[in-house]
Amino acid sequence: MPYGIKLHIWGERALFTRPEMKVERVSYDVITPSAARGIIETIHWKPAIRWVVDSIQVLRPIRFESIRRNEVGSKLSAASVGKAIKAGRTDALVSYVEEDRQQRAATVLRDVGYVISAHFELTSQAGPDDNEGKHLDIFNRRARKGQCFQTPCLGTREFPANFALIENSDSMPTPDPSMAGERDLGWMLHDIDFASGMTSRFFRARMVNGLIEVPPLAADEVHS
Amino acid sequence: MSVISHRYEFVYLFDVINGNPNGDPDAGNLPRLDPETNRGLVTDVALKRKIRNYVALEQEGAPGYAIYMQEKSVLNNQHKLAYEALSITPEAKKLPKEEAKARELTAWMCKNFFDVRAFGAVMTTEVNAGQVRGPVQIAFASSIDPVLPMEISITRMAVTNEKDLEKERTMGRKHILPYGLFRVHGFVSAKLAERTGFSDEDLQLLWRALTNLFEHDRSASRGEMAARKLIVFEHEHPMGNAPAHVLFDMVKVERVDGGAEAPEPGSPARGFADYRVSIDRSSLPAGVTINEMF
Repeated sequence: MPYGIKLHIWGERALFTRPEMKVERVSYDVITPSAARGIIETIHWKPAIRWVVDSIQVLRPIRFESIRRNEVGSKLSAASVGKAIKAGRTDALVSYVEEDRQQRAATVLRDVGYVISAHFELTSQAGPDDNEGKHLDIFNRRARKGQCFQTPCLGTREFPANFALIENSDSMPTPDPSMAGERDLGWMLHDIDFASGMTSRFFRARMVNGLIEVPPLAADEVHS
Repeated sequence: MSVISHRYEFVYLFDVINGNPNGDPDAGNLPRLDPETNRGLVTDVALKRKIRNYVALEQEGAPGYAIYMQEKSVLNNQHKLAYEALSITPEAKKLPKEEAKARELTAWMCKNFFDVRAFGAVMTTEVNAGQVRGPVQIAFASSIDPVLPMEISITRMAVTNEKDLEKERTMGRKHILPYGLFRVHGFVSAKLAERTGFSDEDLQLLWRALTNLFEHDRSASRGEMAARKLIVFEHEHPMGNAPAHVLFDMVKVERVDGGAEAPEPGSPARGFADYRVSIDRSSLPAGVTINEMF
């Protein structure tokens, strides 16, 4: 991978919601490629490039914790905003939390750490002055200094992610001894294919000594 | 109102004396606990709720400072002020493309609602532009030391139903933490602020809200809660000059033995005097300034 990067990310809690259990949210065992891509994009992204996650190294034991919170049940409707704009007043446009309260539990991961290996490709929107070296430099410079567009998060925004660039000369963080051996994590969300109508694509995640190889989104073993 | 041009991180310390800072609906309203460490927890949304309530109280529905997610107990004072006529831009006749329309709607929401501008909101439309990511992000607060919730039985000298009249009184329960000092980390992204129009004035209001967060949130269950410290890191560069975790590591909160209320070493903390907050300024990265708000 000529233009690859390695990013070490870690945090106290994480929630990579399984799409089949999104009401009372339950996290996947590990970070999904799409969440990993999202984290990289908070550091550097331009429409000219597309990040591709190659592998995910899981560093810490997989542990869960449950948190129940009061949440609201509905989204704001565009029509009522339009009405408020026309009326020119905001007082009718409120959501009373008491009337719309739901208590939802979330099963979240505790104390996570990963190394994401990724590279990027240029997209059709790349202009003449977009070249790989430039974007790679920008990413490395930002990641080294801890710069980001917004604070990256581990699945949801209440769980911020810490990050540090792993340079070529740096040694990889060593995974926890409990990660040894092979584990089948089952079908996992790979990413959402925004090019073809936002279809979700899934792959069979296998973890060998904590390392998950991520196939390309268009590969045969990735299914919609 | 100019949009903020710096990235910020903040460490916020607050404490509770004989109160329940955040009840856990899963555990019969016991204070939230981290089951692995027995440290107390306060969720991000609990703190955001209090920030919204403070802004609603301070601004009283001033134009641009409406609160979308309201508690009914916060009185709706918006009728007090005539609405800012300038913001009305009815362009419904033009009917632009769906996406442009959605952008217009979100822009209007950001302009008028403080909580949408700061924390974001999800507005459902077919287009993605109906979703606002706010610049202000808050993590879970957790207590410095493990806490031990106490259950207190209380009596009420009255009954609810007539058929219970002969009982004369009912029993109830309160859960309290005798003391807990909580630490929370927050983030303000200058780049997302550009998109929602989160201004310097809004930022000052956020600091004011954090300063006075508990002064207007007194209740029977909360006990005595107080904001103790707000340390703000300001980056010179909008994208930031240093990793957030490096800055957070500079702030240390330690127990002092023999504090005001803990004469014996190792006894549980019962007051803020039992802790010492220190900032290791020697390792301050270039381009970052520390601002101790209080």
